[in-house]
Amino acid sequence: MLEIRNLHARIVDDGTEIIRGLNLTVKAGEVAAIMGPNGSGKSTLSYILAGREDYEVTEGDILYNGQSILEMDPAERATAGIFLAFQYPMEIPGVATMEFLKVAMNEQRKARGEEPLKIPEFLKRVKDAAALLNMDMAMLKRPLNVGFSGGEKKRAEILQMKLLEPKLCVLDETDSGLDIDALKIVSEGVNALRAPDRAMVIITHYQRLLEYIVPDSVHVLYRGQVVKSGDKSLALDLEANGYAGVIGEAA
Amino acid sequence: MNIHTTPQRTPAETALIDAFDDRLSLLPGDGTVMLKRDDAIEAIKAGLPTRRIESWHYTDLRRLLTSVPDFDPAAAPNAIAPIVEGSAVLPVLNGVSSTKMPDIEGIAVQRLSEKLTDGSIAPGLDRYGTDDAIGALNTAFVADGYFVDIADGTELDKPIELQNLQSGGQTHVRLAVRVGAGAKAVIVERQTGEGAALVSSVSQLLLGEGADVTWLIVQEQPDTATHLAQFKAHLGKGAKLTLFVMNAGGKLVRQEIVVKTTGEGADFTLRGINLLAGETHTDVTMVLDHAVPHTASTEVIRNVVTGRARGVFQGRINVHQYAQKTNAKMACNTLLLSDDGEFSTKPELEIFADDVVCGHGATVTEIDHSHLFYLMARGIDEKTARGLLVKAFVAEVIEELDDEAIVEALEARLDGWFVAHG
Repeated sequence: MLEIRNLHARIVDDGTEIIRGLNLTVKAGEVAAIMGPNGSGKSTLSYILAGREDYEVTEGDILYNGQSILEMDPAERATAGIFLAFQYPMEIPGVATMEFLKVAMNEQRKARGEEPLKIPEFLKRVKDAAALLNMDMAMLKRPLNVGFSGGEKKRAEILQMKLLEPKLCVLDETDSGLDIDALKIVSEGVNALRAPDRAMVIITHYQRLLEYIVPDSVHVLYRGQVVKSGDKSLALDLEANGYAGVIGEAA
Repeated sequence: MNIHTTPQRTPAETALIDAFDDRLSLLPGDGTVMLKRDDAIEAIKAGLPTRRIESWHYTDLRRLLTSVPDFDPAAAPNAIAPIVEGSAVLPVLNGVSSTKMPDIEGIAVQRLSEKLTDGSIAPGLDRYGTDDAIGALNTAFVADGYFVDIADGTELDKPIELQNLQSGGQTHVRLAVRVGAGAKAVIVERQTGEGAALVSSVSQLLLGEGADVTWLIVQEQPDTATHLAQFKAHLGKGAKLTLFVMNAGGKLVRQEIVVKTTGEGADFTLRGINLLAGETHTDVTMVLDHAVPHTASTEVIRNVVTGRARGVFQGRINVHQYAQKTNAKMACNTLLLSDDGEFSTKPELEIFADDVVCGHGATVTEIDHSHLFYLMARGIDEKTARGLLVKAFVAEVIEELDDEAIVEALEARLDGWFVAHG
């Protein structure tokens, strides 16, 4: 489903190269965990997948279902089924959360040639998704993410993911800022979305999240490259012995 | 050798002076009112204000008012649906009020022409300063409007909507409202029409002790009209006024706001939205006097500028020496969406008291790219996402009004503007 080939990318503003020859393949139905120390390029990778303009791909390619997405803008990628759950979701005052959800769902439907959702159907979907994530509907009456706690923001991201039904989910440090109860709820939300035709890329710093969302593969990112890949036991190994060993092997 | 020193009158000045001679016999008023009219036209004969007059520095009326239409007695427009359903509508159609008065307990309405004829409105016709060109223009020509008296303790459950609708030519209207002690009301002032009109409209509001009023000015003139308006208010002891101004039209617009807090504990809130497009010029000028101790005010103005539009906000807060414990805050934020648009902000704080909290801030920004990315990452195309963010920038101010019917009504006006100009 996702194939990243020899990807090189840099920050547009200052030309700093962050991704330096990254290769990664994720199949449909697979949950791939990306781990790595701070500054290894994890968040940058998530932004590049979503199409953020602050980064420029200088070499290599990203194939999604066999097609390059490099020329697609963020909205086109999202409509094609790529979803990024942000590490730090933006607070956008003045944009009502419900209005935002409705526009996003209907814009995606429109792009796929589907009719817009009728209001009762839209409300039902939101209510059902919110109930699963233990979210209060009153929260969704507020402006988008404004005044949400860290945990509420993360839940709101998963709520959007559920409603938009993407095919490739990229979760950037979804566990950061969550207490154990919230972590369980969010993980259950994510696990419920696991499906044979859906792939997930879970970016995380700690093994903790992977106890709840058990990955099929684990990849260690260091200095913009995948330096080691393995199954879930690799995450446990990293937890026990730290990154030094893996990085040492790579260096 | 002769040296001519008399300045040449502009075509607009000449047209106004000629129009006054033509109209004089038709204008209502007792002796006092007619004297005030004479006085006012003299001020216009002295010349319309130029950029050399400080308060008109960014809006050189003499240069910008290039022509003045004749009075047009043609078919008047019809009253329109109020922005909030169920409001009591008081229409002024092409400068003429209606004889049909609403029957609402606690409210007495009179046609302004009657108040001019019997002279009882005369004191309100005085200009507030030598630079009060709008006051002068209106006093010279005003023929009608309404006087609304809300009795002490009256609490209205539906808004009163004053409609000033033009269909071309000149209209000069005055809307006077007195709100009694402890009364509570929402008043909507609609300013719109279809013609290449010259409109002068002066609203005057007197708030009694503890009165609580939300006044909404919704200006949606066509981009052929010149709209010169003034809102004057006095806030008595403990009175609370929330003034919301939305400018979403007009070719040349000046909205002046002149507010005095004359009673302790008075509280004034100004929220303004200027939606500027095309080749238009819009000026909001506020003069606020904190004249007594323990009064508060906040002003937030949000501007969206596209095309070659130009906007101005001048906010002057005078804190008199005796007005200790004044709390005043003013902010003006502009979202500039085109390279050719322009917005000028001039905050002025004149503080003569020593125990006050006053501040102001002004920003000019573009759309936040991280916000845009977030919305697009959810599949919302760039144009729609930009539209949402621009709307959000101004909707924030509307939502603060915290009254569902009003918020919905104003957001509908906002949507209308974005459909026409997005």
